Amino acid sequence: MEEHYQHLYEALSQVDGYIYPNEIDLHWGLMIVLYPYITGLVAGAFILASLERVFNIKALKPTYGIALLTALSFLFVATLPLVSHLQHPLRSYEIFMTPNPTSAMAIFGFVYLWYLMVVLLLEIWFDYRLDFVIWSKTSTGFKKLFYKVITLGINDTDEKSAKLDDKLGYFITVLGIPSAFLLHGYVGFIFGSIKANPWWSTVLMPVIFLFSAMVSGIALVMVIYMVVSWARKVKIDMLCLDTIAKYLFYILIIDFTLESLDQIHRLYEAEESFDIIKVLVGGKLNITLIYMQVLFGTIIPLSVIGFFQIYKPTEKIRKISYFFVGILVLIGIFFMRWNVVIGGQLFSKSLSGFTTFNAVYSGLEGYLMMAVWLILPLLILTFLLWLMPPWKKVSSHE
Amino acid sequence: MGTERIVNKRRKFFQTSAALLGGTLLYSIIKPFEAIAQTEEEPTIDDKNLPLWGMGVDIESCIGCGKCAEACKIENKVPEEPFYFRTWVEQYTVKNDGEVKIESPNGGIGGLKQSVPDEDIFKSFMVPKLCNHCTKAPCVQACPVGATFISPDGVVLVDETYCIGCSYCIQACPYGARFMNPVTKVADKCTFCYHRITKGLEPACVEVCPTNARVFGDLRDKKGDLVKFLQDNPTQVLKPHLNTHSRVFYNGLSSEVK
Repeated sequence: MEEHYQHLYEALSQVDGYIYPNEIDLHWGLMIVLYPYITGLVAGAFILASLERVFNIKALKPTYGIALLTALSFLFVATLPLVSHLQHPLRSYEIFMTPNPTSAMAIFGFVYLWYLMVVLLLEIWFDYRLDFVIWSKTSTGFKKLFYKVITLGINDTDEKSAKLDDKLGYFITVLGIPSAFLLHGYVGFIFGSIKANPWWSTVLMPVIFLFSAMVSGIALVMVIYMVVSWARKVKIDMLCLDTIAKYLFYILIIDFTLESLDQIHRLYEAEESFDIIKVLVGGKLNITLIYMQVLFGTIIPLSVIGFFQIYKPTEKIRKISYFFVGILVLIGIFFMRWNVVIGGQLFSKSLSGFTTFNAVYSGLEGYLMMAVWLILPLLILTFLLWLMPPWKKVSSHE
Repeated sequence: MGTERIVNKRRKFFQTSAALLGGTLLYSIIKPFEAIAQTEEEPTIDDKNLPLWGMGVDIESCIGCGKCAEACKIENKVPEEPFYFRTWVEQYTVKNDGEVKIESPNGGIGGLKQSVPDEDIFKSFMVPKLCNHCTKAPCVQACPVGATFISPDGVVLVDETYCIGCSYCIQACPYGARFMNPVTKVADKCTFCYHRITKGLEPACVEVCPTNARVFGDLRDKKGDLVKFLQDNPTQVLKPHLNTHSRVFYNGLSSEVK
């Protein structure tokens, strides 16, 4: 407690202008930055998988399985930073027991469960069921046991059965696309519906969240696909990589356009809150917004991939460029979340001053914990790729 | 193996899954209504037989002594540190050059002192702030579990045993009237001293105010002090454009006040 007070006294000494006395502490810190970031990665990775399956973009096939498992790994972790951020985490189940129907936040648990249980798990299960049956006969030890249990006793291996899996899997994917839109558009609404906060309160917020989610998920799968290929020492499918990059390019353009529209709209309307937001963007968010999000996270990636659409350098150069572009986009979207969550709390609702955000390294809300929540899904993914490698699949959807 | 058998197996699997999921969902939907189903009709804020509490604040009378903020902290065991306030007093100073200086060191506790030299001051006034007990409260709308609610007599309260501490209500409040209590670890705010007003007493801030700058009362009591205050003075609420239907009314509210 003393340490917390010390932290607040320090923030108090750095207050600029006037803020309401209860506003010194930022109530949402790094964990809430992670929450939309991770859910966005899930939605984006899933949408990339759907592009292949529903929209029949065959060039993306090598990434289908990786994209689904990536989405699942991150979805497992998505709620953990949220729950750990609660002051009473043991009461978190109340959100399922007595959800307040007027609350934008209350439905998250249900949207999450729907996405996890109905969409992702089912789709992956239908995609892998036949493989589980086959693998359960050829493996030993833990793997054998896992495959046996996970077939849920449905051991048919004939063609008709595989066809049915494919059909149902396709149906789930079709259902999954609006679900992915719902998942992340909804996360945007949690912020966009707060009329008290002019930085958040925009009708574009859910749409911006959705497109930035797609951008980050696609970039993540692109990077993971490259890393997995390098680790497996197999040749990267350049057609696949170029295609992913192309989609990244298109969606990044839409995302950037929407965000620019939001800012231009603010600038042009110049409402009551404009003066403070202008100072916020030019000051406290200068580095994270102008440099990290816009320059490194958007302009440079757009320029590089855009250039490749006109002129294609050697494969080696493209590969390296794509890798760094992917990383830059991931960093850029992280800072987009940062700018929304932290940025929205830096200025006072009195519109007359600023508080500061000094994140700590240790503790549940610190940088170290943030690193844990970002590394954990990658460990889960590594485990899943070992347990159910998409490249060893026997069955394959049409 | 025939297609029919496979379909049957899948169908059974889906039926079981759907039943489990449906059961959980149904339970979560029904549970909040248990209390309603088992008791008689609960009173609501529209019940004309109950009082509808509100407050009038006379900016012209406030001298910025900060006694209200101090009494509130003592009465409601609000942590002493200068980051937690159920009520506070702001000092506005409009300088001759048009610049507006707003201050509220320690919420005004100990008395507000003017830091601008007299010759530079165009005008200066004090504004006591507290929860506005909105009829259309954004915090109540936002609370994911329904831990914050409006009592039938119109007071926005927090169920301390139920709040999960997500801070969404704090984000939703346009007035900065809520804080996370570091001791109880739940959202905290002005209750109009609910433990006092339900016994016929006045809120602590009202009782200690030496200049009667705060008028507490029942908006339905046509002969009461609050209704009289509203009749005699042109009043305004804070941030009216947000349409929260605040029940704290200010007399002498200047446009500089945010």
